[in-house]
Formats: sequence, structure tokens, C-alpha cells
Amino acid sequence: MTFTFNAAVRERNFDVSLTVGPGETVAVMGPNGAGKSTLLDLIAGLLHPDSGRSVLGGKVLFEVLDGGHTWLAPHRRGTALLAQDPLLFPHLSALENVAFGPGSSGASRTSARNTAREWLDAVEAGGLAQRRPGELSGGQAQRVAVARALAASPELLLLDEPLAALDIHAAPLLRRLLKHVLAGRSAIIITHDVLDALMLADRVIVLENGKITEEGPTRQVLQRPRSRFAAGLAGLNLLAGTVTEDGITTAEGVHFSGQHDDGLEPGQDGVAAFPPSAVSVFLSEAHGSPRNSMAVTVTDLEPHGDQIRVRAGMRGQLAADITPAAVADLGLVPGMKVYFVTKAAAVAVYPA
Amino acid sequence: MRPSKPAPVSRSAAYSGIPSWIYAVAIAGALLVILPLVAMLARVNWPQFLPLISSESSLAALGLSLRTSVASTVLCVCLGVPLALVLARGRFPGQQLLRAFVLLPLVLPPVVGGIALLYTFGRQGLLGGTLEVLGLQIAFSTTAVVLAQTFVALPFLVVSLEGSLRSAGGRFEAVAATLGARPTTVLRRVTLPLVLPGLVSGAVLSFARSLGEFGATLTFAGSLEGVTRTLPLEIYLQREADADAAVALSLVLVAVAVTVVGLSYRRRGFLGGTGGSGTIRETPTPALTGGSLR
Repeated sequence: MTFTFNAAVRERNFDVSLTVGPGETVAVMGPNGAGKSTLLDLIAGLLHPDSGRSVLGGKVLFEVLDGGHTWLAPHRRGTALLAQDPLLFPHLSALENVAFGPGSSGASRTSARNTAREWLDAVEAGGLAQRRPGELSGGQAQRVAVARALAASPELLLLDEPLAALDIHAAPLLRRLLKHVLAGRSAIIITHDVLDALMLADRVIVLENGKITEEGPTRQVLQRPRSRFAAGLAGLNLLAGTVTEDGITTAEGVHFSGQHDDGLEPGQDGVAAFPPSAVSVFLSEAHGSPRNSMAVTVTDLEPHGDQIRVRAGMRGQLAADITPAAVADLGLVPGMKVYFVTKAAAVAVYPA
Repeated sequence: MRPSKPAPVSRSAAYSGIPSWIYAVAIAGALLVILPLVAMLARVNWPQFLPLISSESSLAALGLSLRTSVASTVLCVCLGVPLALVLARGRFPGQQLLRAFVLLPLVLPPVVGGIALLYTFGRQGLLGGTLEVLGLQIAFSTTAVVLAQTFVALPFLVVSLEGSLRSAGGRFEAVAATLGARPTTVLRRVTLPLVLPGLVSGAVLSFARSLGEFGATLTFAGSLEGVTRTLPLEIYLQREADADAAVALSLVLVAVAVTVVGLSYRRRGFLGGTGGSGTIRETPTPALTGGSLR
């Protein structure tokens, strides 16, 4: 079962092409309004593309090309959708909700209920079978919704921020559960949480302004982000520029030395990534190779664990984590001009 | 002196923000509705009440009214549910125009409706000839009563149900479709159960409207005892001949209407909008914080 997708929606400036391999789980991440939900709506058949083609396991979901127009109705697609709101049918019990999918695809009442019971047990919600959605907590309802989506035996499971509406106590249980049920299953999961991507997905796609800006294995995207969005997810500072002999030069002409990847050629586009914890803050320029010193203006100070995260730069895109004592010593306030100093050894330089 | 203690504030005494003079105007409005009913109650000839309402013509009119109102309510549901669905969920050119026409009977004088029906189904009417060939004569029959009542009552059901459909949104239907349910299955197992409160309140309003229909019935169906003379027509007729009987029958009509509306109100804890927005308190509207289903 392979899923291929390629679609454009002019009105939303959306143009995406992707594939999901058999048993693969792909996380789609990106800022709000990037087109993540549009992607799922197109796959589920809730939205018509202006052009494109999508095939799921030999079944054409849609084909809107110059030649013709094929469009499969949502209920024939085999793409169950799980949203951040469980959307359990309020007039049906948990068991009847889960039995809805099998019942709709022609299973007898008894066999649909048996299937539903198995799935409720699988999500540790067997004891909730007779409850109405109104009598379930948020976490319980979302577990039942997971069972309902899986009971429909979808070829491709679509998850739209399934953990976003849960409180911090309910989320870990459901995340563990999803990890279990997504193993060996083709799925696309939209998430804002880097932990979801790490735990649940084999591959990450970063979507920005309706286009894919970065994709790759989850670990690689998080360890070596190429887009500013992915760098933000990974908690890394990212500078883009042109590779030089011992580092990169940004478009503004700032030179940054760092550790090159093997085979990196001077002159090609590259990025320099370094963690905020590797950045020290000084009031005056601190020279001495191999160090990078950058004059910046502090924009924000925010707590970050037991450290203080100092944000600086034009749009606060650079961060340094220093101790509260150091903040007090330096007398840091937003608007101050300071120097962010980073050891070259902590800066990774790789192709953009 | 003892310090003054603030009076205990109960939950129901929460600040309402209504200026006090509003209450005075509201009372005047309520009186306009209640006072005539009280005045009528005062005129009821209680010793003769039972004989008056159990006369042959009265019972015939009451029975006919109930039968035709039930029939037209069923017809309203059968025709109004699809209408409300396409108006609330469909997207097609001329939708606004269709809505305007469907709601027209709400503001149209019923007698005008009756004339329009006559020129459609009457012997000389648009469809009259065709129907006559088929051996059907509708005007001045019980069927005409049902048609006239449906004509005036249909908008009540459509408005009430369309409001419920809109406030329920289409997100449950989208989920149901991705679970593999065909559109007809979604309608039967998801949409209709979700808007059932709105459907019931719409049907109750349609029934009440059918029960009270006078002008369209008289124009299109006439006043034939046992065939087309419904209770409102009987009351109007008796008003000249026997005022006591007219008052007694009016009270029966009031009682039936109050019972129907009251029962449905109590059981469901809601009442659909009467020609307005038709919002239903019980319609489930779960909080959604930016999901993707539309």
C-alpha cells in the first residue's frame, strides 16, 4: 500500500506533492495557516483540488488534470480522519460510535459490535463501552475516537493534532497508545509537538505557506534542520548563508566559523546550527579565535527550565540560554546591545 | 450599631443587566397575549360546556382538524426535511431565491395562499386538468384541507430545522463519511438524530399552525361539514349562530394547542424559534478549538 499525493489549491496558495510508503507514519509540521489541514481535507475528500492526482494502494482518490476529472467520494477512500476534537456522535454510546465504521461498510450488527469491543479493549476503553460521549473525559473520548477510526480499518489514517486538545495528564497515555497502534500502519499526523514527531513518525514534512520546505527522517530533520521552522522545533539557532573555508557568511555579511560537514564546498548555500546553550552573552566584544562574536539587540527574556532564554536579533530569531545569576550580573533588559559569543566547535555547518 | 451585613446573594440573583423599565413593557406585551385568553375563559358557559363541545358537528370538526393536521404535519416532515437540508447544506444557484419562496407563506395572507392553491389544483387550475384525467379532484376535498394546511405550515418546519442544521455544522457528517458511511447512511444515522430536537420542535409548530389554519382552507377547500369544515371554520360559523358554542370550541382549540406545545417543551426542554432563527438549546455544539473539519 503506497500513497502518492500531488495537488494544488490556488485559492489557498497550496501546492504539495508527497508520498507515504507502506506502514510509514509521516508527521506534517508547520506554522498555523501553512496548509496542514488543507492537506488532510484534500486526502479525505472534504475539499476539491484545482489540479493534481492522488493514488492510495492502486485506488485513484482524485485525478484533476487537463484530460479529465476523477473524484472518489470520501466514504469510498479508506482514509479515516481523527481530529483534535474527538467528534464522537453524541447520540450514540462509545460502543456504537466505534461500531459505526464497520457497520457502515456492510458488517452485520453483531460483527460490527464485536469489532468495536476489540478496538475499545485495544485502546484501554473497554469499560467505557456503554457511556455516552457526554460522560467521557477529554482523554477517554479521544481514546474512543482512536478506536472508532481504527475500527473502520482505514488504509491511510489521518490524524489532525490528535493530542492538542488534551490536558498534560491525558496526552502521554494517548501518545503511547498511538505509538502502539501506528506501528506498521500508514498514517499522516499533523502535530505542533516535536515529541509527537519523534515518538510517532518515521519521517517529517515541514509545510510553510502551502509548500513543503523541508522533509526527511525525523531524527535528521531535528538534528540538522534546514528551515527556520524546523530549527525552532529542534530548539536550535539557525543561520543561513554561503559556505566559506571555515564557516559561513550570512547575507548580511556576518561571518560565522564552525565545524564543516565532509565534502562541503566553499561557495555553496549552507546553514550554521548551534544550540542556545552554547551561546554566551557579553557586554563587550570578546575576541579570540575560534569564537564567533555577534552584535545583537536583546528583544525578550523568558524562563526556560532553570535557565533564562535571551532572545535577540531582528525578529528574536537567535537565542542564548544563560543562568538567572548571569542575567542579573549583566543587567539584561530588552533593547540592550550585547554580544552573542559561540565557540566554533559548537556550530555545525551543513548544506542548506 | 451592628455592622450591616450584605444580603446573601443567590446564584439566580446574578446581574442580568436588564433595565427595570423593560419589565414594564414586557408585562404589557405578555398581557396582550394573556388577557384575551382570560377574557374568553370568563365568557365560557361552563354548565353547558360538555354538551356544547360534544355536539355532532363539533366532534366532526374536531376529529377532522386533528386528522388533517396530523396528515399535513407528516407531509411537512416529508417535504420540509429535504428542503431544509438543501437550504442549509447544499450549494446551488438560486438558493437564496428558493429560501425566500419557501418562507413566503409565513408572511402571505392565508387567503391569498388559498387562491393560489385553487388556481393550481382547482378544476380550472394549472394541474387541475391533468389531475382530473387521472380521476383526482382535489379542490373542496379533505385532501385540499391537508394541502392548504401544509402550504402555510411548511415554512415553520423548514425554518426551525434549517436553524438546527446550521448550528450543528457539518463536522460530524464529515467524520462519518471518512469512516466509510454513504451519504444516505450519514443522513439517517448522524444528521437526523443530531437535529432531532429541531425537527420535533418544527413538527410541533407545523402541527399547531395546521390546527389553526382558516383562510387558505376556506378559500381552497370550502366549508363542508365532515369533509372540509375544520374546527376554526366551525368556530367561525358558530360565532353567528351560537356564541357559547364558539367560545367553548375556541377553548378546546386553545387547550389542544397548549397541550401539544407544552408537552414537547417539557419533554425536550426546548422550543424552536417561531419563524426566527430556530436555534435549539439542546443541539450539541461541542467546543472546537480550530479543528480541520468543515
